[in-house]
Amino acid sequence: MAMSFNKTADGEWKLDVCGYTCPHPQMYTKKALQKLESGDVLTLVFDNPSSGESIMAMCDAEGNDLVDRQEGSGSFIWKIRKA
Amino acid sequence: MVTESANFLMQKGSLKAMGVLLFVIAGSLWALSIDSRFLYLLVYVWFGVIYGMFLQYGRFCMASAVRDLFAVKVPRMAVGMMIAVALYSIVAAIVTLSGFSTFHSNAMGWHVMIGGAIFGFGIVFTGGCASGSLYKTGEGNMNSLLVVLSISFAQAIIVSATGWWDSLVPQSWIDSAAAKDMPAELSVTQGWFDIFTAGYVWDLKGATTAEIFGWADTTFGIVVLNTLLTAIFPVAILLVLLYAFYYRKGYLRRSGKTALSMGEEMAGMWAMCTSSKNTALAGIGLGIFAGLHMYVTGALREHYGIMNFGEMLVAMGYTNGLSLQETVFDPGYWYITTQEAQWGGWVMQQLGINTMENIFFGLDNGLPNPLLNAPGFMSIGIILGAAVMALSRREFKWKLPSWETAFFAIVGGILMGLGARIGMGCNIGAFFATVTNGDPSGWVFLFGMVIGAYVGVKAFTKWMDWNASRNSSGCDL
Repeated sequence: MAMSFNKTADGEWKLDVCGYTCPHPQMYTKKALQKLESGDVLTLVFDNPSSGESIMAMCDAEGNDLVDRQEGSGSFIWKIRKA
Repeated sequence: MVTESANFLMQKGSLKAMGVLLFVIAGSLWALSIDSRFLYLLVYVWFGVIYGMFLQYGRFCMASAVRDLFAVKVPRMAVGMMIAVALYSIVAAIVTLSGFSTFHSNAMGWHVMIGGAIFGFGIVFTGGCASGSLYKTGEGNMNSLLVVLSISFAQAIIVSATGWWDSLVPQSWIDSAAAKDMPAELSVTQGWFDIFTAGYVWDLKGATTAEIFGWADTTFGIVVLNTLLTAIFPVAILLVLLYAFYYRKGYLRRSGKTALSMGEEMAGMWAMCTSSKNTALAGIGLGIFAGLHMYVTGALREHYGIMNFGEMLVAMGYTNGLSLQETVFDPGYWYITTQEAQWGGWVMQQLGINTMENIFFGLDNGLPNPLLNAPGFMSIGIILGAAVMALSRREFKWKLPSWETAFFAIVGGILMGLGARIGMGCNIGAFFATVTNGDPSGWVFLFGMVIGAYVGVKAFTKWMDWNASRNSSGCDL
């Protein structure tokens, strides 16, 4: 288990923080979003449910769009478009 | 096809959740079949289950309340915590007025803030407070179980330690402890925690605001001084500060305005409180049930004519593990860390290490068999209640720790255990249960927790930056 952050296509990024508990997922997400350009999309993969609430609030506060949410079996795949 | 799979998983999860609930019901019936007086213990179990369900539903972790403010500038959990404090304080006032309160104030002193700071530093690294770690264990997170074990054994070792540890405390505390008329088997001038307790904490005073101003046991004292002045008023101030510093800027942007009228500011405050409905609902539920828990235990104590569960254990013929006062730890309300210390102490005792010759276990809390540890079952109830909720929401997932997260869990857990013992409780026992019952020492503990969390986030960020810079599996963060 290790955090991975990759550019998957032009304007598209993927951050995988599965296996990590708070505060890793939300802090890594914050740092990843700071790297992105406006309009870029971050695919975030995590499995710590409570981090989701904080990430959602963080997106809300900073104006980033949560454009897609897939959840199941304790894992979450979210797509966030940076404002 | 996807919908069918999702439905199947949901049904499977619900069946497992039902299985966990049936297990608790069957266990409860078994206990009652042995002795109906185990009802007293079962109250702890079922309130634990309820707490666990609410905690998981609202992702309610008080570590997040202080940590996420500094880590990601998100006030969600701090707001939820304030809602819970307000609700609990109102129910606690009703319980106190009805004469069923089981609350005891904590001694006020520097130790409260220092303990809070150490605890607050530790929670940044473990990823959860004491209750948060329990509910996350119920989600299948074995890293959180490691935190629980670390807190348990760290506390048991801390309260039993002697030798070089004794050089940590000043001679004046040893002299003060020696002057106390205590049973010889406790040897209160040996063991740093005994000296700290008998030579320092016992010389301090603890009181509710109503008691401080001489209005104890009066409606004015309970409602105005304990509830409004000590709980509701500080909550209102903190909510305004959270809104002003963490929420208003985003609210202005979303509403497309540069200035707000008073009515719009109030609407913004409301939006902040309801921004995470799960967390807000959990705060309401936990606040109400935490108060009810105190009422039910108080009523049962009156019904059975006891002051402490130890008396009932003696009457039922269970005398092992009682303190010198023939008592066991039995707070009568939501509490976490002391029963976890008892788990650790009991295991050490079984391994042949004498952990009863100290004030914490030997005089105050005892070391009952975990099967007879009523608050211990509340903690187990939290795990099971969270498992029920996580399974039914398809959020249960077995997760094993890595070396990295295990290291943080153990070290952070040790710090949480140390902080909880020095501060005489965790974020529940030393903060949540105190301020809601009119004891201002809880705000001092929270202040310490905030300082500790702030320093912890700074340290954690530095470690993250270093870790990210050596990450070779992708782009730099």
